[in-house]
This record gives sequence, structure tokens and C-alpha cells, in this order.
Amino acid sequence: MLDLLTGFVAELRAAGIPVSLTEHLDAAEALRHVPLEDREGLKYALGASLVKSSTHWKAYETAFEIYFSVRSPAEDADGTVDGSGSGDADEADADRSAAGTGVGAGRGRGSGGGEGMTAEELADLLYKALLQANGAMLAAVARQAVSRYAGMEPGRPVGGTYYLYRTLRNLDLDKLLERLVDGVRRQVPRADPADPGADPGAAVDLTPLEERLVRDEFQSRIDRLREEIENEIRRRLVADRGSEALAKSIRKPLPEDVDVMHATRDELVALRKALQPLSRKLAVRLARKRRHGRKGALDFRSTVRHSLSTGGVPLDPKFRYPRPAKPEIVVIADISGSVASFARFTLHLVHAISSQFSKVRSFVFIDGIDEVTRFFEHADDPVDAVHRINTEADVVWVDGHSDYGHALSVFWERWGEEITPRTSVLLLGDARNNYHASQSWVVKELRDRARHVYWLNPEPRAYWDSGDSIVGEYAVHCDEVIECRTLRQLEQFVGELA
Amino acid sequence: MSAAGGDAVLSAAGDGAASARTDTASSGFPQAGAPRFGSIDAVREGLAGVDYLADEGIAGVVYLADRLAKPVLVEGPAGTGKTELAKSVARLTGSRLIRLQCYEGLDESKALYEWNYKKQLLRIQAGSGAEWQALEEDIFSEEFLLARPLLDAIRAADPVVLLIDEVDRVELETEALLLEILSEYQVSIPELGTVRATQIPLVFLTSNNTRELSEALKRRCLYLHIDYPQLDRERAIVETRVPGISAALADQVARIVRSLRTLDLKKHPSVSETLDWARTLVVLGVESIDAEQARDTLHILLKYRSDIERAAKELAGVDPAG
Repeated sequence: MLDLLTGFVAELRAAGIPVSLTEHLDAAEALRHVPLEDREGLKYALGASLVKSSTHWKAYETAFEIYFSVRSPAEDADGTVDGSGSGDADEADADRSAAGTGVGAGRGRGSGGGEGMTAEELADLLYKALLQANGAMLAAVARQAVSRYAGMEPGRPVGGTYYLYRTLRNLDLDKLLERLVDGVRRQVPRADPADPGADPGAAVDLTPLEERLVRDEFQSRIDRLREEIENEIRRRLVADRGSEALAKSIRKPLPEDVDVMHATRDELVALRKALQPLSRKLAVRLARKRRHGRKGALDFRSTVRHSLSTGGVPLDPKFRYPRPAKPEIVVIADISGSVASFARFTLHLVHAISSQFSKVRSFVFIDGIDEVTRFFEHADDPVDAVHRINTEADVVWVDGHSDYGHALSVFWERWGEEITPRTSVLLLGDARNNYHASQSWVVKELRDRARHVYWLNPEPRAYWDSGDSIVGEYAVHCDEVIECRTLRQLEQFVGELA
Repeated sequence: MSAAGGDAVLSAAGDGAASARTDTASSGFPQAGAPRFGSIDAVREGLAGVDYLADEGIAGVVYLADRLAKPVLVEGPAGTGKTELAKSVARLTGSRLIRLQCYEGLDESKALYEWNYKKQLLRIQAGSGAEWQALEEDIFSEEFLLARPLLDAIRAADPVVLLIDEVDRVELETEALLLEILSEYQVSIPELGTVRATQIPLVFLTSNNTRELSEALKRRCLYLHIDYPQLDRERAIVETRVPGISAALADQVARIVRSLRTLDLKKHPSVSETLDWARTLVVLGVESIDAEQARDTLHILLKYRSDIERAAKELAGVDPAG
């Protein structure tokens, strides 16, 4: 068991979760107190001693599922899982003979999950399972669906996403959701007691509120089915290839380390969630930095004045604290397709901590350029403002392909006068200019007039100056060009700026 | 349903903790006493007995904290029952709750101990004839020590639960104050020596996650993240905490709140706000919520105008799927 734990800790570290030696020892100690057959208890016990941040929990859970799935005889009690031990063989079989694994389904519940179900039967069973929120049946259906649709090939070194996609595509869950809601609306399954919409008093047509609640209920059940399917696929992969090999291919970066430019939709949602607390933390930290940790010279006048109350004895020396001027920020961001999400995150972050700057002005461009500060001024929520930028900003000049040269020269013409020696200019973009003229003289002029000019590039450094990227031409005129691919890098940069 | 009564008892205990206690505690070695809980399930059932419905994770971590004699760092959104957990555990184990509310600028003299200067001055004036040596020993004795919550918890002879609330509000440097107490259960007072705990208290630290806590602090604690509860648990919480609510209404309340949490709001409704809402509905005599009632009482659940507007539109609005 200790060996297993060591492997597990190594995997957590590889996934980016910092686990110290003491925490490892604590986990080992915790193992002594938690009954091993209580899998959930074990998960939380290890989690409490190993994972110290809620953003890491998802990664921890995945790793835990991989390392403690087949080997632990858990979950057997409720009959949702093929047992341990012989389970390995069972599941390996299942991989090969796609249709012939109704064993688990039949055992889980006598609900007609027999050998060789047709696609319609399976869909029907799924419909019923979702309608009744029957956990055991859901698991059985998940298993069926995976054997039928995923088409898993033993020994193939892929993560589970591909199989998951194949399974879900065949089940067509969106249509199923509509069907379920529709079913409730027509009050067909009135007899079903577990169903929320089957309120005996409800008339045939639901009020919008009721309909919404019903929809949410089914959505959450479908999410559970998704989870079941994911677990099932993972279990089979572990049986096939062993935990360590699988962990490596399934490992996902933590939210703050996700590459913003190539994030999937789910990852973007996670990123957006992570951004909110991040900007709040950053604001708190910067405000504290400003208030504390300053050394000032003795303020003689004030000390003497305060000494009057103690009879002229200067008991309480007063100091004159320096008040550093807050910087002014001008953000000029490319919001064309390839870097749009990165620009959005940066604008959000900069405006969320705008109290740390004396002035923030934002400009966005594709091939035309437009000032968007006004959106942030009146919105109390940066998310709204960012949304409005996408719909209202006037950024297209000719064809809607990035043209840094034109955008920059227009910027210089219209707003160049307003750059002062107190301004820091942030340029955001990958500098992929579609072979237009670079007009890099603008950056040079900016540099001469402004305090600093930084360029944030969301592309990996290795790709710079390849293809139509001309970041090098601008770089010579910037104070610094910074690779800024993840939230962590972005946070660090913005923190240093203020 | 004895929530109100329980709170009264607790707050009384809290007042006792705030005033300086002068009883002497022998400073022996801290020893792990008999475990307080038999199993994880026992914790969960016990907590349910004092009207706190814990899920698997919460019960597991509390059990482990007792067995490993480690503090628990509880994080999560506001209003999910972090502070309530500590109170409930205190009630369950029949311990006194000692609470240290953290804030910016909290220092040693507020958290650990302070010398009673005025009393010391009096003592010096009263014994002006005495030898300085004897006098010095006298004025730096326990009699002149004002115990603050942390020292109080360490010296207590009776079982205590120590709650360090909103630990993320203190500065990074001040966190260091807590480290000795959290890992060794002792307080070093230069003039007096080291005060060790006679029995190891259960310690809960809560944080709203406004800043990253230091590694040193996290390393010493077990970590528990309390999130918004699942539907079933929330419904059960509403049923236990709101007297006189019907099962159907509790179910509806929980469902609507879950729907609201899926929306993109500035601040999602917390459990305590859900409870407030449920109580309001009971007082208003509502049996089953319709869209209009929901809209009229939304301001109890949501605290931002834009949130309320958005939620009202979503709940009562036309569903696109028709």
C-alpha cells in the first residue's frame, strides 16, 4: 500500500500539484486510520493531507481514480461495478467483443439489460434510467454504451477523450434531453414518483419556472451519465494498460497552466472561473503592498506637533511615507480570432485591478482600431464589458484579418498625443501580420514617449518569427517582449507592473 | 430544530473565551487524548445530531483531524457553513468554543497574550521597598499575564475547539504567529517559558480565499474545501434548519437554488441565504413557489441588482426550447 501511495504522490507531483514530504508522511499516517474498503473515505482522507488548493482537486480526483480503481475492491457493494480481481479479465474481454457484455447490466438490475441489445433497446433503457434517476441502471447503461460505441482497442496509447467523444456522439445527449423534457411536458410518465415534473397538481403545460427546473434536473442526471461513462472508459484503460502509463497520457495541466491560445471550450470555462478569484487576490496583494512595507524618513514637523499632547516629549515618532505615483496603463490588444481569448483575459485582469493604476485605457484592433475604455467605465462587471467589446467595438477596416501596421499607425495618429512619460504601454498579440507592412516605427515612437513598452505574446517562444509572425521587428523597439501563454504568467506580469 | 437555542449556548461560551481567564493550567506535555470519534460514520451521525449535515468529505476530514491531531484548514465560498462546522463540532463534543476572529493588523497582543502593564505598574509602586530581583520575577508571572484566545485554548483544562476565523485576512507575516501553535500545540513566552497544551484541542481555520496562504501554514493543516452542497444535501439542510417547512417546498427551494447557481452570476446564493429564503417563504405562508413569488423574494437570495435582474429574467422568462 505504501508503494502504491508513493507512486500516487509521484504522479500528483508530475501533474503539477506540489506535495511536500511532510504531506506525504501525513497521508501515510492517514492511511492507518481510514478503513481501506471505504473508497470515498480514503479519497477524502488522502485529499485532505495531499491537496491544499481547491483548483487542484480536479487533477487529484482524476489521478485517484486511476490509481485506486481496479486494485481496490470498492463499489462492489452496490453492484454497479464488475468486481475486482476477475474484473480485469472481464473488462479486457469486453474490449474485444463489443456487443456481448450484458453481464454487468443484467446483474446490476433485472431491467432487461441482456446479451446483444439493439441500439434502440439501449437508447430506451437509457431514457428510462435517466427518467428514474436510477444510479445502478445508469452505470449499467454507461457500461453498455462504452462497449458498443467506443470501439476501444487494447494497447492503443491514447487518453480517454477520443473514446468519450465516440460514445457520446452515438448517444446524442442533447436530443435525449429534449425528449425527456418533452416527455414531462406531455405528462406521459405521470406514474413515475421520482420525477420532479410529475407534480400531481401540475397542469399539462408547465410554467417556464417549472420547465426550467425540470430541464436542470435532467441536465444534472445527464451530467452524471457522462461521468459514469468517463469512469467506465478510465477503468477499462487502466485494466488494459496499467495506472502509470495511463496517468501519463491522461494528465491535464492545472487551470493556471493551461495554454490560453489552445484551450478547449471546457478549459476556457475553467479559466474564466479561475480568473475571478485570481484578479481579486492580485488586487488585495497589490493594495497591501502599497500600504505596508514602506520605509519613510522622519516627519519632524508632525512628530513635534504630536508631542504636544505628551508635554513636548516626542514619544510617538511620525514618518513621512513615500507615495509612489500609480502608473498609467494603455492596453492595445489584438482581438482577431487566434488570440481573442488571450486578449479578453488580459483586458479583464487589467480592469479588475484598475484601482491600482491611476488610469487605464484600452484599445482593441483587428485591422481597424477602436477605444473600448468606455465599456469598462459603466459596467460594474468586467465580463459584461468584455462581451460588449466583442459585439460593439469597431475594429474591422478592410477584411477582418489582423493588420498590426495599419492599426498601430491609426493609433498613433489619433491617440499618440496622449501618451505621456508616465504611461506604460502594453501591446498584446502574436504579431502574425498576414504579410502586411509592420510600421514598427510607431512602436519606436511610443517607446520614446512612454515610460515602458511591453509586448505580451501568447505564442510559445519557439514559434516567434516563424511564418508571418514579425514580433522580432517590433521587439527591437520594446522594453521587453514577454511570452505569456498561461494565466500564471499573466498574473505574474501584471503583478510586477503595478 | 434546536438551532436557536444551541447558538445561544455557543455565544455564551464565546464570551467566556473573550474575557481573560486567570485560572492556572499545569504545563505538561501535550498528549493525544482518547480519540473523540469512533469512525467516519460516527462523525457524520453525530454532526447530524446537532443539525449539521456533513457529507463524506467533511466527516472524513474531521475524523482524521482528531486521529492525526492536526488542524483543519477549511476553505470555500462564503456562507457554505465553514464557521458553522467548527461550532457544530464543539457542540457535538461538548467542548468550549474559543474563537479568534482575524483581521488586518491582528498582532501578538491580541492573538496570543499580553502583559498586564497597569497591574505591573501598581505592583512595582506597591512594593517599592522590595528587591528588584524578586520584584521582576513577580511581575512576570502568570498573575500578570492576559491570555488571548490562542493561549487560552492551549491552557484550557476542559476540552475546547479552537476556531481561527478568516485567517486569510491577516498579513502574511502574522501567519507565522500561528505556526508554533498549530504544529506543536505550545506557546513560547520569553519571560515565562513554554506553555504546552494539556490536551490537544481540535483546531479549525477558515479562509475565504482572498489570498494564497503560505505554504508553511498549509503544510501543517489538513485541507478541506467546502463547496455548495449537492441537491439532496441542500434539501436535507433546508428541512433540518427551517422549522415547519414542507418537504415539497424544501425540494422546490433546493431546485431553484441549484438552477440559480448554474447561471453566470456575480455572487451565487449561499447556503445561509437559501435558509433565509426558505424561512421567508414559510413566514409568508407559501406552499408552492410560482415564478412571481420567486421574483418578489429574489432579493433575499441575491445581493446584486444585476444578478437579481438576470435571475428574474431566467426564471420567469420564455424558454428558448419552447
